[in-house]
Amino acid sequence: MDYTEEQIQRYSRHFLLQDVGVEGQEKISNGKVLIVGAGGLGAPAALYLAAAGVGTIGIIDGDVVDYSNLQRQVIHFTADVNKPKVISAKEKINQLNPDVNVVTYQELLTSYNALDIIKDYDFLIDGTDNFPVKFLINDACVLAGKPFSHGGILRFDGQTMTYVPGSACYRCVFVSPPPPNAVPTCSQAGVLGAIAGMLGTIQAAEALKYLTGVGELLTNRLLIFDAKKMTFRTVNVKHNPNCPVDGDHPTVTQLVDYEQAACELKKH
Amino acid sequence: MATYRLDITKEHCPMTFVKTKIELSKLKTGDTLEVLLTEGEPLENVPRSATEQGFKVLSVTETEVKGIHRVIIEK
Repeated sequence: MDYTEEQIQRYSRHFLLQDVGVEGQEKISNGKVLIVGAGGLGAPAALYLAAAGVGTIGIIDGDVVDYSNLQRQVIHFTADVNKPKVISAKEKINQLNPDVNVVTYQELLTSYNALDIIKDYDFLIDGTDNFPVKFLINDACVLAGKPFSHGGILRFDGQTMTYVPGSACYRCVFVSPPPPNAVPTCSQAGVLGAIAGMLGTIQAAEALKYLTGVGELLTNRLLIFDAKKMTFRTVNVKHNPNCPVDGDHPTVTQLVDYEQAACELKKH
Repeated sequence: MATYRLDITKEHCPMTFVKTKIELSKLKTGDTLEVLLTEGEPLENVPRSATEQGFKVLSVTETEVKGIHRVIIEK
């Protein structure tokens, strides 16, 4: 690939890295990442992936921008209120980096459309705020053999892990969703906006590591941080032979839509 | 084994090594790149960075033009 002078400058800090270089940047440029949810996690992830020059970024979200989003969903601006989030996000990505092809899906990810949508992507970022879709993303990725980054935030806490085929999946660790309404709603629980940036940015870094093959992914480890004390720890997790979706005797063999409380945000 | 040439005398850090790396990426193993650069920061950093990143710096010599140096790097 021949780079323009503008691209050479744009990606110069990647070219300089021994582990990325010209070859790694070409892998990033050829990469296709789907971001599920253009919210607190998806916003920083989308911005960093766009800045990095990921060739195709898909964004799926059925919501419109609300004033209550602006405290943490940094890809959306005040003037975007009432605009579909995928349109708002696409506009910012295009402004940040016109090299990126943005594909928008203004809808919810469901058991009906998930496999068809994810088949075009190399890596997924779970930027959702509710358990039913987190389990749906996990099951769809396991069934389709797609790597993804799980992420969740609440109050001052965040957690994330990366799945690649063969590693521990989200269900290996958290077997099934909690009952609907067993957890506080997001408006009751609250979240410090900046931790969305912390976690979504970790997820973007995992996507870039996957695309370039650099380093060791956050597989078979759950990273948990507490921003109040600013402590980070990783808990080793392993593939669960009794896992309902990728265990020895799977019971989840097709996608299901779990019943969902209006606005679940409680993490496990 | 082919030899390629690159003039980065008008570039500044870090574009000096960025341009060098991009040119090196087009070479085959064993090919050499002749880089013209200025003394000071480029002369200090480009050969060092090339060595750190696994390339072989074969020679560093001053050209007929004062302050312009020729660095030969093998991929």
